Amino acid sequence: MDLTPIYLTLKLAGITTLLLLVIGLPVAWWLSRGRSFFKIGLEAIITMPLVLPPSVLGFYLLLAFSPQHGIGKWLEETFSVQFVFSFKGLVLASVIYSMPFMIGPIKSALQQLPISLSQASYSLGKSRWQTFIKVLLPNIKPPLLTAIVLTFAHTLGEFGVVLMIGGNIPGVTRVASIAVYDSVEQMDYHTANAYSLILFAITFVLVIAVFIFNKYQLKSPLE
Amino acid sequence: MISIEIEKKLKAYKGQQVLRVKEQFPAGSITKIYGPSGAGKTTFLKTIAGFTDPEKGRIVVDGATWLNTDQKINLSPQRRMAGFVFQDYALFPNMTVLRHLEYATTDTAWINRLLAIGKLEPFATHKPEYLSGGQQQRLAILRALAIKPKLLLMDEPLSALDPENKSALIAELKVLFEKLGTTVLIVTHNPQELDGLTDRELNIH
Repeated sequence: MDLTPIYLTLKLAGITTLLLLVIGLPVAWWLSRGRSFFKIGLEAIITMPLVLPPSVLGFYLLLAFSPQHGIGKWLEETFSVQFVFSFKGLVLASVIYSMPFMIGPIKSALQQLPISLSQASYSLGKSRWQTFIKVLLPNIKPPLLTAIVLTFAHTLGEFGVVLMIGGNIPGVTRVASIAVYDSVEQMDYHTANAYSLILFAITFVLVIAVFIFNKYQLKSPLE
Repeated sequence: MISIEIEKKLKAYKGQQVLRVKEQFPAGSITKIYGPSGAGKTTFLKTIAGFTDPEKGRIVVDGATWLNTDQKINLSPQRRMAGFVFQDYALFPNMTVLRHLEYATTDTAWINRLLAIGKLEPFATHKPEYLSGGQQQRLAILRALAIKPKLLLMDEPLSALDPENKSALIAELKVLFEKLGTTVLIVTHNPQELDGLTDRELNIH
């Protein structure tokens, strides 16, 4: 059995999760502070992938990043970068598609922390950044871990959006979910089952790890 | 000398109410602030600390202007560095007693002194959820004192303490405030509990 699709899937999920952690933390923090019309609009856009059919998102990304027109043409001509039918395209699509899974839980967790925690830190002369790193972030560890695992697991299971923008190029864009579909199309149920079992096992272990971690967090009395 | 003149709209159940305070507090004085619920006592302290902005006002602390709405001066809470004891304590759940103080100051001798005053040495490695209400309240006071503030704002700081601990802590705090030259404003629902600590009073109604 060719393990490249599994490797590609894990690589895609890892890079997507890392990028979304870097993007998601400041965005979630900013969204958690107060309300404005602009924030509501941005939050709606971030949440859209939860309800939009993945093929619709993939279709528009395909159009937007097609080297024939729009942003895709500009990227190709200016930086010689092509997103369509490339691993970079998969990463881009996954980041957009999994964004609500990272930002949603972190934003909710930050909103549930009492405002007086930040105020207490500010009154000690600490900056917003110091307060975020030393006070807010450590106090949302369980939801943060949940967000990381959900994002990783969700990226493992992506199908429609990655198929639309990446196609089915072996060794480049043929991730495990597409390999399962492709194997079934070719009536190769044995290979489809092998890929499916590996995906099932990985996600099951991840979810179990989150449950164990969160329980441990609740019960640890001292540092 | 601390000079405060503020005007701030308060959200009230029965329409809108306006908090108006014009008062001067001599340096080193300890003032108890009392008045009915909803009169704006906590908002008054939060306005001084810079957590909320008044519609109009001026706050000058030892000659430094913290707020002047006419001149559009409004220092951040970080630049004001007023010590603040919150009614809900606002302790950091991820930090032990010792870490709370280390987060506020690097002065180890001062940290040890504060731990002794608050009788919290045996609990230095405990996180807030494993402290009693009184211990949590003492930690909130010690954390605010750790930065040796010029101005200390306390919102119901002694409500969870038993009488014995309360009188012992009041005696210690009085000495400490005098030594640091800190001006202190204390909001209370029970003005009598601060007898022997405060030398002035302000009724907000």
